[in-house]
Amino acid sequence: MAIRVNKLSYAYRRTPVLHDLTFEVARGECFIVLGPNGSGKTTLIKTLANLLPVSGGDIFFRDRPLKRYSRGDLARRVAYVAQAGIDDSPFSVKEMVIMGRTPYLGVLGVEGRTDLEFARQAIEYTGLSRLSNRRMNSLSGGERQRAHIARAICQQPQLILLDEPTAALDLAHQIRIMDLMATLIKDQGITVVMVSHDINLAAMYADRLLLIVDGRVAACGPPAQVIDEQTLARAYGCHILVDRSPAGPWPRVNLVPKEGSRT
Amino acid sequence: MSQRFSSLSVRMILVTLALTLLLLAVMVIGLTMGSSSSGLEAVRTILFKDGAGDAMQEAIIWRIRLPRVLLAALVGAALSLGGLVFQALLKNPLAEPYILGISGGAAIGAIIGIMLGLSRIPGVGITAFLGSLATLLLIIVISSGRTVLVKDALLLSGVMVNAFCSAVIMFLLSITQDSRLHNIIFWLMGDLSASMIQHVGMLAAILLPCFIVIFIHSNRMNLLLLGSDMAASMGVHVRLVTLVLLVTTSLMISVTVSQCGLIGFVGLVIPHLLRLIIGPDHRVLVPACIFGGGAYMVVCDLLARVLPAQGEMPGGVITAMIGAPLFIILLRRSKQ
Repeated sequence: MAIRVNKLSYAYRRTPVLHDLTFEVARGECFIVLGPNGSGKTTLIKTLANLLPVSGGDIFFRDRPLKRYSRGDLARRVAYVAQAGIDDSPFSVKEMVIMGRTPYLGVLGVEGRTDLEFARQAIEYTGLSRLSNRRMNSLSGGERQRAHIARAICQQPQLILLDEPTAALDLAHQIRIMDLMATLIKDQGITVVMVSHDINLAAMYADRLLLIVDGRVAACGPPAQVIDEQTLARAYGCHILVDRSPAGPWPRVNLVPKEGSRT
Repeated sequence: MSQRFSSLSVRMILVTLALTLLLLAVMVIGLTMGSSSSGLEAVRTILFKDGAGDAMQEAIIWRIRLPRVLLAALVGAALSLGGLVFQALLKNPLAEPYILGISGGAAIGAIIGIMLGLSRIPGVGITAFLGSLATLLLIIVISSGRTVLVKDALLLSGVMVNAFCSAVIMFLLSITQDSRLHNIIFWLMGDLSASMIQHVGMLAAILLPCFIVIFIHSNRMNLLLLGSDMAASMGVHVRLVTLVLLVTTSLMISVTVSQCGLIGFVGLVIPHLLRLIIGPDHRVLVPACIFGGGAYMVVCDLLARVLPAQGEMPGGVITAMIGAPLFIILLRRSKQ
């Protein structure tokens, strides 16, 4: 198992956010977390990245408690890509990408030849070669997200955690990011855990889905099982119809407007 | 492209070397100029050949100008570096110890120390350090809702803390005995004149380790600029690094303030200028700020000595006259 989460709870101040979450993620799996706004998806991915202190339960990464890893050990195994925000960091793409080598370098982070080669390959892999001298804050949302993924690849992780990597991207960039993650799993056997709000995209790429509602597991399993009209209606509180995607063997969700509003 | 990547160490050395040469050059000019000018040749003779020069000139250069130039270099380095660190930690190019009120807090501590009759170092240095830590704590408490370092809230609370500090300084001055008043006011405005070589030595003994600590953390400052979650996920102990940097910088600023008062905006002008020229990498910026900031302060102090027809003015006047307009320009640009 790549990750085993056992009765995980997290409270922000006194407000509980996650309750008794239990699930597992297999190695080399694409595992996508779904749920309505405010259901605790981002909190969950941050606890998995060891960025938040859990208030109860355990997280095991490769059968060892997350807490038992040193900062450096964890950084060499787990990479985290935050939700795309406004990036006002002044670095160029290649300066930012090579920072992914930090966990392997000395205190000043002076890079050697192999590190430069890693950065070059990661930039090429994510299709950013032509933008490598551009500043991060001059890139579009999709390019920025790819740069952060390139940085994560540079960390040579066994697990990549991504928080809504396709949010606010146009269709072409959404597919591009998801394809990139899929090839990464295939080429390098990396495990990917990702938060998404796009059920259709998740259904296409995920091996398994985790649906959380109010910080609790509402459903967990392969897309065909989780993407179910009744389960989703309960989770999201709206009328949803599920059919088969014309693009392939995946379920597809369709929203249904309120009766009478479109007649 | 690997060419530019691997050039990091080369860039570090080249930039440091260039700015060191600049610093040495302005220091030599600083030694030659003053109310009574000495020629370059005379300075050289006095510095390197014992007892060969004119006794009067020798006294001026050894006892007055050399400590003053060295002090200016140290102070400029410390203030620039202080600005650089705060800008990185707060991810705000307008952050600076003076603007945030850290210097003001140190000044209150220093004035209390002077009023109690303590010696400049270590006595006044310690009270100044306590003052700066108190304001730092105050700013963090005021501005922290949830995360410790929220961008705008922090700058704004800093400005308020600074205003409050100014009021307290005025209050302290108004209850001070007349005989000390002139001294305190002159010191407060950034005075580099009354420096003895022993003071400079003690200041250096405190500042140099601070410079080293900050340089060691320079790559971590790069990572922090990506955001604290990003930095943490790449193995940085964010809270520890932030704490170490804040305390080191406060110490650096406090001893500087207690030695030569409030010299503002150096920490704004120099890091900004250097970032424009050599880019955002702190591993190059830290040494550059040390030598470039030193050179800048030596020049400012030189102007303060040379510009007035009679006597001289405090160096803080010059730095503020250059720095405050730049602050306004930067503020306008960042709002756009």
